Amino acid sequence: MRHHLILRVIVKLLVSTMILYALYVQFHGDYSPGGGFQAGVIMAVAFIIYGIVFGLRKVHAVLPPWLVHKLVALGVLVYGGTGVVNMLQGYEFLNYGSLTPHHPEHGQHWGILAVEAGVGITVTGVMIAIYYAFAARPPRMSDEEW
Amino acid sequence: MLVATAIAIAKMDRLFAVVMLSGVFSLLAALLFVNMDAVDVAFTEAAVGAGISTVLMLGTIALTSRVEKPSTQSPLIPLAACIVTGAALIYGTLDMPNFGDPNAPVHTHVGPEYLENSQHEIGVPNVVTAILASYRGYDTLGETAVVFTAGIGVLLLISGLRRRRDPDEEEDT
Repeated sequence: MRHHLILRVIVKLLVSTMILYALYVQFHGDYSPGGGFQAGVIMAVAFIIYGIVFGLRKVHAVLPPWLVHKLVALGVLVYGGTGVVNMLQGYEFLNYGSLTPHHPEHGQHWGILAVEAGVGITVTGVMIAIYYAFAARPPRMSDEEW
Repeated sequence: MLVATAIAIAKMDRLFAVVMLSGVFSLLAALLFVNMDAVDVAFTEAAVGAGISTVLMLGTIALTSRVEKPSTQSPLIPLAACIVTGAALIYGTLDMPNFGDPNAPVHTHVGPEYLENSQHEIGVPNVVTAILASYRGYDTLGETAVVFTAGIGVLLLISGLRRRRDPDEEEDT
């Protein structure tokens, strides 16, 4: 992996920006286009591009596969768990007004933030897990064949 | 331009170029969505269609082959199926209301209610997010579960438990 110097420098610069942008899309989804799905994909792409350029071993050191598989399930749990918390507080499933009973609008904000975070975590996890699954198999061709 | 890209995709047999062109196709579709003021959809199309699926297709090509196999069947039956389906779809659009028609069923049912009430019920400026995450929270939970299931399915099919535990060892063999 000593070749592709330009690629490696640019990816190093871009990965942090991509993660930052993903977080912006995630948490600014209330005000601008975007939300969990898009943010999850952008976040996953940051890790995938790092894996493509620097090799699977390096990205596994940052984000080991077992953690990715936990993330896949964690997102759904966060989403469903929000609904369960609402139920425990005596409201309907996924009625976020329960989170701050005296001011239901704020509760909606918190609830939307929580479920979008759940969506984002699951999408990130699934995309990275699929990429790992593909990349972990030995490739049939070398760089030059493209 | 969408049509030209689609024809180019159908004509190519080098799969690398096909994957790149389908990324271009997604970006053009995203532009179309922006033109129709559906920014959220366009964003998703650009991120998912042009971004991640291109990468996944490249991964698939790396595992399989990079040139399309010559087709052995006659192209007439698929062509007929395409023409019939396309004609049915175009016939269906004839009855649809014009784009932006205020009397269209979409704009007279629950749409206005969401637009009017979401600002003081939810207090989130982006109505799309309010509908997705709050009014239609069950649906989005279902979508997340679908993504989850799809991910689990791909993992079971491709990686397998043994490979998942120890990817580095697998690489060496």
